[in-house]
Amino acid sequence: MEKTSMLSVGIDLGTSTTQLVVSRLTVRNTASAFAVPKLSITGKEVLYRSDIHFTPLRSDTEIDANAVAKIVEAEYRRAGIDRAEIETGAVIITGETARKENAREVLSALSGYAGDFVVATAGPDLEGVLAGKGAGCGDYAREHRTPVLNLDIGGGTANLCLFDREGEPAETGCVNVGGRLIKLDGQGVITYVSPVLDGLCTLRVGQTATPESLQPVVELLVTALEEAAALRPRTALSERLTTNRLPDLAGERPVLSFSGGVADLIYTESPPDWLAYGDIGVLLGRAIRRSALFAASHIQPGETIRATVVGAGSHATTLTGSTIAYEGMDFPLKNLPVVALGEEEVSQPPDALARTVGQRLTWFWEGGEPEPVVLALRGMKSPGFDELDRLADGLTRGLSPLLAAGLPLAVALDEDMGKALGQAMLCRLPHPRRLLCMDGLDLRTGAYLDVGRPVGSALPVVIKTLLFSS
Amino acid sequence: MNREELRGLVAEMLGGMSAPVPPQTGNGAAHAPVRPAVPEAGDLTRVDLRKLYLVDNPVNPDAYLALKARTPARIGLGRAGARYRTETMLRFRADHAAAQDSVFSDIPDTFAAQNGLVPVQTKCKDKDEYLTRPDLGRRFDEENQHIIQKTCGTNPQILLVIGDGLSSTAIETNAMDCAKAIRQGLRAAGTELGDSLFVRFCRVGASDHIGSLTGAELVCLLVGERPGLVTAESMSAYITYQPRIGVPESARTVVSNIHRQGTPAVEAGAHIASLLLEILKRKCSGVAFRQEVGT
Repeated sequence: MEKTSMLSVGIDLGTSTTQLVVSRLTVRNTASAFAVPKLSITGKEVLYRSDIHFTPLRSDTEIDANAVAKIVEAEYRRAGIDRAEIETGAVIITGETARKENAREVLSALSGYAGDFVVATAGPDLEGVLAGKGAGCGDYAREHRTPVLNLDIGGGTANLCLFDREGEPAETGCVNVGGRLIKLDGQGVITYVSPVLDGLCTLRVGQTATPESLQPVVELLVTALEEAAALRPRTALSERLTTNRLPDLAGERPVLSFSGGVADLIYTESPPDWLAYGDIGVLLGRAIRRSALFAASHIQPGETIRATVVGAGSHATTLTGSTIAYEGMDFPLKNLPVVALGEEEVSQPPDALARTVGQRLTWFWEGGEPEPVVLALRGMKSPGFDELDRLADGLTRGLSPLLAAGLPLAVALDEDMGKALGQAMLCRLPHPRRLLCMDGLDLRTGAYLDVGRPVGSALPVVIKTLLFSS
Repeated sequence: MNREELRGLVAEMLGGMSAPVPPQTGNGAAHAPVRPAVPEAGDLTRVDLRKLYLVDNPVNPDAYLALKARTPARIGLGRAGARYRTETMLRFRADHAAAQDSVFSDIPDTFAAQNGLVPVQTKCKDKDEYLTRPDLGRRFDEENQHIIQKTCGTNPQILLVIGDGLSSTAIETNAMDCAKAIRQGLRAAGTELGDSLFVRFCRVGASDHIGSLTGAELVCLLVGERPGLVTAESMSAYITYQPRIGVPESARTVVSNIHRQGTPAVEAGAHIASLLLEILKRKCSGVAFRQEVGT
C-alpha cells in the first residue's frame, strides 16, 4: 500500500454554534520499499465546511436533538457525502452545551447517526487541544520552535492550550469566558445571564443594557483571561471562573493566538454593531483587542471560528504502529477504558505481573462484572525474545478473566513491539482467539480509546483524554 | 560619476554591510557548541551523534538539534578552518574501525551449538577468500551439501537460515531474537519450522544452492549487512520463493535495517513471519510479489 485515504468528519456542538467539516486524511507508507512499513497520516485536507448554525436548544437546559440531526443530515446532503463513506472523525460537544441535561444522549445518538466509526468526545482538555491544533498552532510552534498559547474563545468558555517547541500540546486550561454568557434581544434587553456570572455582575434578565452598562463585566472577563494567560498575577477572579484548571505556563512567554467565534471580533479592523449577534461577543472581542492580550506578541491563526471543528475532523484521528497483531476482533471498537501499568509493575516476574494485571482489571468492573478494557504499557525499546516471552506470559495470565467472560484481550504499547508481543500472546490462547495488540500509542489511565477498521497494516484510533469531566 | 560621488557610494555600501544584524529568534542562552555528557571517559563512540552540535555561535541550536534528532547524518559539526574538528575526525575514524572490525571478526564456533543451529560452511576457506571471492560464498562443497540435505529433508515448505554475511556483530546481536520471533509468529498461525542452518562465510546467493539441494518452497536468510558508519549491527532478511541456482536477484524480498535503532529484532521477526505466509500464499517473492499485492 503506497497511499490511501480516509474520510473524516468533525462535528462541534458548541455553546452558540454547531458546525461540521469533512476532511480527507491521506495515509502513506513513509518507509523505504526494503524496510518494515511505517504508515503515517501525511495529509489533512478539509473538503467541506458547513454553514455556521446556531446550536438548537429546546430550553435553557436541553439541546434540541432532532434539530441537530436535521442540520447534520442537510449538511451531509450538501456536501454530497454518504454517511457510509465516513471512516473516522469526532463529534464533540463543547462549552456550556456540554452541561445541558441531555448532552450525553444527544452525543451518543449523533455519533451513531453521523457514521459508523465516529466517536463522541467531550471535556475541556481535549477540546482545547483540538481547537489549538485545528487553528494551526501546533504546526506554527514546531516550525518556529516557539511555544504558542492558543485561546479558543467561544460562546460559553475559553479553552487554553499551550503548545511546546515541538508543537505538542503541553498544558490545557478552561475558563468561563465567552460571548454568550449574556444574551440580548434586538433592543438591547437582556434575555439571558449565565449562572457563572452570579456575584460578578448585577445585570438581570429584562433590564435594558448599553455597551457602557455591560463594560464592567466585559472588563472582568478580559482580566480573567489575562490572568489565565499569566499576563498578570492570578487572583480569586480567574480561580472562580476556572472550570477545571488553568495552564501552568511556568515562566514561559508563549506567542498568543486567538480562535473561536470571538477571535474574528478581535482581529477585525471593522467590527459589526455591538448588538449584531445578540450577545456580548462584539464587546468582548473589542475589549480583548485593547487589552494586554493583544499587546503581547501574537499571531492570527489559519482557522478561527472553525478551529475546533477542523481539529475534530482533521486532528482527532491518529494511527497505531504499522506492525501490530489482531485476530477475531470486530471493528470498530468504541469507548474502551484504558488501564495503564507503570514500568516497575511491568518489569515484575510473570506471576506477580499476572496478579497486578488481574487486580487492575477490576477497577472498571462495576459490580464485579467483567467489561472490556485496554491494558496500556510503555513496553521496551528493542527487547530480547526471552524478555518478550515473559511479558506475554504474565499479561496473558493476568488478562484471563476477560477470556473466561468471552471478552477480547486488548493491549496497547508505546514502543515498537506490538506485533511480536501479540503473536507471543496468540500462541498462549485457546481457539477461537480474540486479541488486539497495538503499539505506537501513549495512553494514560482514565483515557478512552476508539479503534476503527484497518487502514493498510495500521488501525485508526481516537484517544479521548476525558469524557464528561463534570 | 565623479570621485566624490563614487566615494559616497562605496561608503554607503560598506555602511549597509556593517548594518546591525536584526535580532534573531534564538533562545539567547548558550551560543556555544552543545555536547552531551560522555558516558564513559575516553570512548568517543559512545557519544550520541544526534545530540552533538559543534557549530560556534549558532542562531538557533534548539532547532538544529531537533533536526539532528531525525537523522544519523553527520551534520552540524562546525569546522576548523576548511577542515573537520579533531573530535569529528577521530569519531569518523573510530566508527570506520568498528565497521571494519565487524567485517573481519568471526562469529565464535560455539554460536551454532549454543543456539541449536546446524553449522555449515560455504566453499570459502577463510575470511580473506570470503571477501575476495563472492562466487565461493554462494556454494557448498559435497560434505556440506550432505549436511544440508540431512538437516532440511526434501521439499520443506519454509527454511529459516542464518548466515554471517558481512557483519558478524549484526548476527550476534540480532539473529536469534529475530529467528525466535519468526518461529513464534509462524506457530501463532499454525506453522512449525524445522531445524535452522548456520552458514559461515555466507553470501545471499547461498539461499539458491540450499533451495536447489532441498527443493524448498521458500528460504528466509537472516544475514549481516555490510556495515556502515551509522551502525555495524544492521541485519537483513532475504526471502526467496522457490530459490534455485540461477534465480534472478529481482525475485528476492528484502527486509533491511533490523537493529536497535532501526526495526527492533523481535518486531521485525513478527513482521517477517506474516510476510512469509503471504509470500507462500501468493507463490512469488521480490518484484513479482510487490506487483501482486499492489505496493
